[in-house]
Amino acid sequence: MNDVVHDFTADPLAWRPYLTPVVLDDATLAQRAALQETPSNTKISDYVLVLAHDPESLGQRTPLFNGIMYGRGGLSRAERELGATAASVVNRCIYCVSVHAGRYIGLAKQPDVIAAVFDGTETALGARDQAIVGYATRLALNPPQATGDDVRALRAAGLSELEILDLTLSVAVFGWANRLMHPLGEAIRPREA
Amino acid sequence: MRPNVIEQLIDVAPGSPIAEALAARAALMQASQANYDAVLTPQDPGGLPQPLRFALAARIARLGGDAQLAAHYTAGGALPETDASWQDAATTAILRHVDLIATTPRDATAADVVALQAAGVTTGDIVRLSQLIAFVSYQLRLIAGLRLMGATP
Repeated sequence: MNDVVHDFTADPLAWRPYLTPVVLDDATLAQRAALQETPSNTKISDYVLVLAHDPESLGQRTPLFNGIMYGRGGLSRAERELGATAASVVNRCIYCVSVHAGRYIGLAKQPDVIAAVFDGTETALGARDQAIVGYATRLALNPPQATGDDVRALRAAGLSELEILDLTLSVAVFGWANRLMHPLGEAIRPREA
Repeated sequence: MRPNVIEQLIDVAPGSPIAEALAARAALMQASQANYDAVLTPQDPGGLPQPLRFALAARIARLGGDAQLAAHYTAGGALPETDASWQDAATTAILRHVDLIATTPRDATAADVVALQAAGVTTGDIVRLSQLIAFVSYQLRLIAGLRLMGATP
């Protein structure tokens, strides 16, 4: 289908699953319980309804993911989004990139940083952004390629141990999210409103 | 508190900066263990029995370069390499998928899901398998980062 997107963008995209999502009216008690861990003020996404095929994992994953990305203190929300974006670029999860690059730009107002991540030119960035993107990119590879030099660069750029742990958590949880969202579906252009 | 597999696999000196950071994120470490339980020892394993899950987790850890994590899973009751079920069509397709998604998820396409379905892997089991691969990929990156932090003066 020709609405599939293959290139990195920070613009909003939609996601189309390869598997049939759980139909809410047919959901088991366990599936309903797991789905209550998701935000209730929005329509439940096809992504979450696909994951509801394994309610035990979904029910545990949602609070962990939210704690890593939105928990208080430590690394700024914007820099957690930057780590998530860099990992998603490594794993070419086009949909994940669009969401988290968009959130980074919304929070940090620095589209040039995202452009550098997309182009692989992060060495042109300031020391802190460069250290974050470099560590995130190398930790996301398989096997992970991050080194002590990456950790030293983060510390030299002023990150505390808690901030480095928070960055590690955001990159790691996108090593997870990317392995769900990209293998189980594809990014598509949103329908015209 | 239940033992936390991630913290068992890293060497954290009491009172060190990492120990303090981990204490600040104790809720996330406990949530990580709850996710370990949900994907390695679920109440409803579907078509992926626990010994197969531990064997696949050991394989993902090995592919991720973490021999210690692989040994943890192998010792945890992994299906022996000599077991006849490794020859099943479904298990063969599952192994191929594990190798692809653990190492180069960027190369995954719709055809890889179709290949699992053609081998008889159900929708529920495709999601269970995906969560298993994805969780161990998370776990090994978190461990790798914590070890680097601890080993870098």
